[in-house]
Amino acid sequence: MSFKTLRKEFVLCTVLLLSLVTYSQDKVITGKVMDSKDGSGLPGVNVTAKGTTTGTQTGPGGTYQISVSPSVTVLVFSSVGYTTYEVKISGKTSVDISMAQSTGSLTEVVVIGYGTRRKKDLTGAVTSITAKDFNKGTITTPEQLIAGKVAGVQVTSNGGAPGSGSTIRIRGGASLNASNSPLIVIDGVPVDNGNISGAANPLALINPNDIESFNILKDASATAIYGSRASNGVIIVTTKKGKTGKMRFNFSTQYSMSVLPKKAEILSGDQIRDIVQADYIARGSNDSTYLRLLGSDNTDWQEEIYDNASTTDNNLSMSGALKNMPYRVSLGYLSQDGILRTGNLKRTSAAINIAPRFFDDHLKIDLNLKGSISKFRFAAEGAIGSAVRFDPTKPVYSSSKRFGSFFEWQDPSSTTGLRDLAPLNPVGLLEQRTDKSDVKRSIGNIQFDYKLHFFPDLRANLNLGYDVAQGEGTIYVPDSAASAYKRSPDALHGGIDNSYLQKKSNGILEFYLNYAKEIKSISSSIDAIAGYSYQDFSTTNYNGELDPNGVLTDAQGNKWRPYTDYATDGYLITSPTFRYDKPQNRLISYFGRVNYTYKGKFLLTGTIRKDGSSRFSEENRWGWFPSGAFAWRIGEEEFMNDARVVSDLKLRIGYGVTGQQDGIGNYDYIPRYSQANGQAQYQFGDTYFTLFRPEGYNPNLKWEQTATTNIGIDYGFLDGRITGSVDFYIKKTSDLLSVVDQPAGTNFSNKILANIGDMENRGVEFTVNAQPVRNNEFTWDFGFNITYNKNEITKLTFTNDPSFPGNLVGGIAGGVGSTIQIHSVGYPKSSFYVYQQIYDKDGKPIEDLFEDRNRDGQINVDDLYRYKAPDPDVYLGSYSNFTWKKWTAGFSVRANFGNYLYNNRFSNTGTLRNILDPLNFLANGSTNYLETNFSGNGDRYLLSDYYIENASFLRMDYINIGYNAGALVGKNTNLRIGANVQNVFTVTEYKGVDPEVFGGIDNNFYPRPTIYAINVSLDF
Amino acid sequence: MKNILVKNCVVVIMFLVLTESCTKDLDLSPTNDVTEETVYATAAGYKEVLGKVYGSFALTGNIGPANPVNQGGDIQGIDEGFSDFYRLFWKAQELSTDEAVISWGDVGIQDFHNMNWTSNNSFLTGLYYRCLYQITLCNEFIRQCGDDKLGSRGISGADADNIHQYAREARFLRAFQYWVLMDLYGNPPFVTEASAIGAAPPPQATRGEIFNYVESELVAIEPDMPAPRANEYGRADRAAVWALLARTYLNAEVYTGTAKFGEAITYASKVIESGYSLISNYTWLMRADNNLNTDEFIFTINYDGLHTQGYGGTTFLTHACVGGSMPASTFGVGGGWSGTRATKNLPNLFPDITGTADKRSQFYTSGQNLEINNLTAFTDGVAVTKYRNVRRDSIVVNGVKVPAPGSSQDFSDVDMPLFRLAEMYLIYAEAVKRGGAGGDEATALGYINLLRTRAYTNASGNINAGQFTLDFILDERGRELYWEGFRRTDLIRYNKFVEGTYLWPWKGGVSSGTGVADFRKLYPIPSRDVNANTNLDQNTGY
Repeated sequence: MSFKTLRKEFVLCTVLLLSLVTYSQDKVITGKVMDSKDGSGLPGVNVTAKGTTTGTQTGPGGTYQISVSPSVTVLVFSSVGYTTYEVKISGKTSVDISMAQSTGSLTEVVVIGYGTRRKKDLTGAVTSITAKDFNKGTITTPEQLIAGKVAGVQVTSNGGAPGSGSTIRIRGGASLNASNSPLIVIDGVPVDNGNISGAANPLALINPNDIESFNILKDASATAIYGSRASNGVIIVTTKKGKTGKMRFNFSTQYSMSVLPKKAEILSGDQIRDIVQADYIARGSNDSTYLRLLGSDNTDWQEEIYDNASTTDNNLSMSGALKNMPYRVSLGYLSQDGILRTGNLKRTSAAINIAPRFFDDHLKIDLNLKGSISKFRFAAEGAIGSAVRFDPTKPVYSSSKRFGSFFEWQDPSSTTGLRDLAPLNPVGLLEQRTDKSDVKRSIGNIQFDYKLHFFPDLRANLNLGYDVAQGEGTIYVPDSAASAYKRSPDALHGGIDNSYLQKKSNGILEFYLNYAKEIKSISSSIDAIAGYSYQDFSTTNYNGELDPNGVLTDAQGNKWRPYTDYATDGYLITSPTFRYDKPQNRLISYFGRVNYTYKGKFLLTGTIRKDGSSRFSEENRWGWFPSGAFAWRIGEEEFMNDARVVSDLKLRIGYGVTGQQDGIGNYDYIPRYSQANGQAQYQFGDTYFTLFRPEGYNPNLKWEQTATTNIGIDYGFLDGRITGSVDFYIKKTSDLLSVVDQPAGTNFSNKILANIGDMENRGVEFTVNAQPVRNNEFTWDFGFNITYNKNEITKLTFTNDPSFPGNLVGGIAGGVGSTIQIHSVGYPKSSFYVYQQIYDKDGKPIEDLFEDRNRDGQINVDDLYRYKAPDPDVYLGSYSNFTWKKWTAGFSVRANFGNYLYNNRFSNTGTLRNILDPLNFLANGSTNYLETNFSGNGDRYLLSDYYIENASFLRMDYINIGYNAGALVGKNTNLRIGANVQNVFTVTEYKGVDPEVFGGIDNNFYPRPTIYAINVSLDF
Repeated sequence: MKNILVKNCVVVIMFLVLTESCTKDLDLSPTNDVTEETVYATAAGYKEVLGKVYGSFALTGNIGPANPVNQGGDIQGIDEGFSDFYRLFWKAQELSTDEAVISWGDVGIQDFHNMNWTSNNSFLTGLYYRCLYQITLCNEFIRQCGDDKLGSRGISGADADNIHQYAREARFLRAFQYWVLMDLYGNPPFVTEASAIGAAPPPQATRGEIFNYVESELVAIEPDMPAPRANEYGRADRAAVWALLARTYLNAEVYTGTAKFGEAITYASKVIESGYSLISNYTWLMRADNNLNTDEFIFTINYDGLHTQGYGGTTFLTHACVGGSMPASTFGVGGGWSGTRATKNLPNLFPDITGTADKRSQFYTSGQNLEINNLTAFTDGVAVTKYRNVRRDSIVVNGVKVPAPGSSQDFSDVDMPLFRLAEMYLIYAEAVKRGGAGGDEATALGYINLLRTRAYTNASGNINAGQFTLDFILDERGRELYWEGFRRTDLIRYNKFVEGTYLWPWKGGVSSGTGVADFRKLYPIPSRDVNANTNLDQNTGY
């Protein structure tokens, strides 16, 4: 008899025995277990009769049935992640209960790279956020689920456009020129974070409703297993899986209304008329040029371009198990309008998960397939800037049919008839541009996890995954539109009729062996993995398609038709050089990790990864990324037994080296020539020659390395009612990939990406989660996290020359090529680089009067100084959730302190020169003009520190309320209804529209709407 | 049990195989970019790279007119739109003088006229990198033209001869850019075809060393260059080499302390005697069809509204000068950029601002103030109408005869002569006046009167020997060559650039004008390169 058969028989006997026992009991109790947070049924809760071995589990809807002996008086409800409850039966046959989540449960399983760990066994800085803790509201893109939830993690949405993404920064970002975005791994597939043509944000293609958990790996001891891509942290996203039990459905629907919270403060038509009149008088009442340009209207252009917008989000999911194969299938449909008129996103998404088990669970297969089809219509965002600049004394429509009947500034002497460089009618920009895309993306993987039959301590895991996407779109602007009027160089053809197509195809193969063994004789346990990973990233950008009637011929002699750039009459304005381009890169890796635990108190982790990238030359191709960590569970020590208040205490110390290569061109190390396009030819004799340009290259490119030291303490008090952690970290990036000046004459580009420079991030993170109130009727869950981060560039040049001011960055609107920021040694990255404004006795800035900081008697670039930086010194998030009987409520706030913004709208439009444009038109300006009365002459006012404003803020991200109506529509159903408000209010001294602009330069940002939503969810 | 064992072994073997086989997969190469072996496989390929070597004068990158999205310009760290050679050269040579002011607010642009530029000035930085970029292109191209490379690629015979000629032209272009660096920055880093790409930072050369190098290179290639006017339009010939030698010798005293006026006369004469003549109408010089001016033009940068697009060069010159009440279409542009004007010193060189007598006096005055109260107001200062993107001939629009426009409203067709015959006349005349050997006053006066006869369309403007002074020549250079990138060099040679003895509105940042420190006769080496290249010492005063 084999071992297998023996086991089978044992199971059979047990089942028989149990059923016999069950049969002899006589009291049946039914009931339902709900989550106190939202009233949803909780499956998988253990229900046991106290003092006996009798027990069962709740089904998918949270219902259970248990037969107990009459002597039993108390039922015990327990579930991982929830407080254990004991409920008296008191003669009832039905016992319903709401279970509150226990905060920071130690037995919680956390997903780490290539495996899972119990939370108590972690040695690194890892935060796990599961669905129950996600932000509520109209959330259409996954990363918004965790905004403000995690210490050390900043999620800044990139504006209010439908489906627009966010910039995610973990502990400040480790790089200057390479990517600062964390690696995102979805169900074992590291996804391409790059843009997809036609999509506002690649993550927006994933339905947030399918996500089960986020696990955020912050320090190097946790991330080093991802080696070269881990410097900016790793976010592991796990989607919802099927659960055993019979088939259950959930349908949820949400309707929401988005509203513009605040308009930019600009001048009215009457104010413009006053200013023009005053100027006329001030200049001797003899030049009526601008008076004659005035109109009589009072148009509120912002009113014309913004509108309340509705969003509907419907989701249907089905889960259960077919024999021993749990499955989950979900469908989602989102339709979201933007508050900037004409913008819209329609996303249809589907996800399938099946997880069959074979050979007595020796072989587990996990199949995940996710797909979405998104249809975008992008609103012309240029209308935002145009609306704040377009003359409010003018009407929306003119009597003339020219330019689609929209009023535009005209100049009879110009070829197009349009006044050159004047703003264009914002409504015309919106309504005359049809910019649509159709984006398909699918991410999927199949994972085979096989526990070796003859050696069950060893597990082999094979993961095959893909991430494919296709973005295609069209842009159409009629030839009557001012924005594309007679735009061909010969001014004979106008309008835009373009299309584009991009395909991405990324594949991954990973294999690892896992050995886990508990060696009781030495009170130790070991868990080790060794693995291999191969990943290929390939994008194809199509510039045209094969067509026998095409006007171009490719290298193989095939005729092709370009996608761009056409006027609406089919005239080809510029033509691309190649039919397609296919940038590609690969990563090959070997990795290993050992976890060693001694007496359950001392934990050691060591990891190593060796990565090879196709982006480097053979000499620099491979990089080693090691880490080590130690943790001591002080709470388990005998001397702590007396400290009853302390339920858990753990000290973690970790160090590791991680790398970065994202953001480097695929072929930057190879000497190569590139061909110029048809508009960059050169004439010899009567012939125009196509040119070949040698490209700058750096054969010495190599990995950027970040060494992180992390010291953390995890704590728990009062039996886990208060938990949290404190972490101190230092991240030192060396061989910083920085675009540096080459000695002139030594390369084909004067700036080359090279491994020069060092940067540091230091910080402290503090998190506390607590349940201040907990009783049968009312619970209050509370969470708070705060982060302090300081960034400093410590080296930037080959030679540490103190006279080198730094690398100028941060282009602004205003003077062509002007920049407002600088990367300088000794300062945070992107510090503002400005003149020091001098003010009069009333505190009003005096135009063009600045501090001569170097006392050389003149004001020039040597008087610029570094003043503040865009990244916050401190940021925090806090949430509270309340449960009272069947009611739930919650809110979340988030705050940033010490973050500064350059108010580019003030500087660019708050001057008389902007209002009375020398090019013979009028433009609207910021009300800031009334405060400064700046003329706008000269070139220095743009760089005044007057425009650098403290943008510290406190924002209430959402407030929500919900009611669990229970089985209102039928037995075995559960109905919940709720309402919420998102982006409720913002407290700030910043004078612009929104203080939260990533990068530090505020210029016509797409405003984040305030969203009011109602939702209904039904389980059946 | 055996089966299971096999299964497990397969797993392990698969793991090992994967591990070993895939590392070659890390060798990837771009789809469309090509390696040097492909580019230089044929003589045609050489010519396409030669196109880039020349085209670097006119273009800013590989994607015309500009590629701001991918930051694909040749020169990084400066807006691609103004990173071309001539726009930057023009600003450095003209905005710093009495001939031009600009109304824009770009950081550092007003420093030219205020004469308080620093080593961080992005325009000076851009020009410096552009010059050295073209030199680097030339160096690489000259390396690729070596007999060793041609031999290994199997190129011989007439193809090889042509390629050797390309290499000589690259040496001329390199010498020209070293002349620019010598004139503006004095002591640049020194790289030749012997300096490999990615090598250690190059040494710095003194102004005198650059002078000797430019002279020796030009003299070396001169005999084998194509005869004057024998090369294709747009490519350099022997006359271009002579013209650059003449210009360099005229300024030799400034560069080295040793005058070489005799040599200036020698080489100016060689050009003058090689069959060039002035075109009949001065106002046709800077027009969309000025490729017809081959009688007078010795060497040009070629622009084209459809094929050679950029925001610099003559596109800048034809657009930036249009503003105020000037009708854009008259100037062949879609719209003016309201930038450049002249101080009153320029029109004051002429007998009248309207051009009635001297046709070279091309100004637009309606709505423009002669005096400049505000440098950044386009209407302060007279507008200059010398550059127009229209042709000589006319077309009839709505019954009205108007000049035929260039091929594009947005990008200019006007070619920019780097050398033209008139300059050679003026070099000859000045070198004679300054005592150079080998010329004579009568011939010199005759050359000046050739210029004046064309300007006045008759002999009424001719001067006599008594009027023919050194200062007259400076003024005549102003009248003939204004806005063609000569003024700063000329004023320095006449000791009028930094000195308080010659003033113009807002010289040194003061409305009535003031002298500035002597060190400003040289521009600073950009601090970015001083940082990147430890061999470089900054010019005195900066």
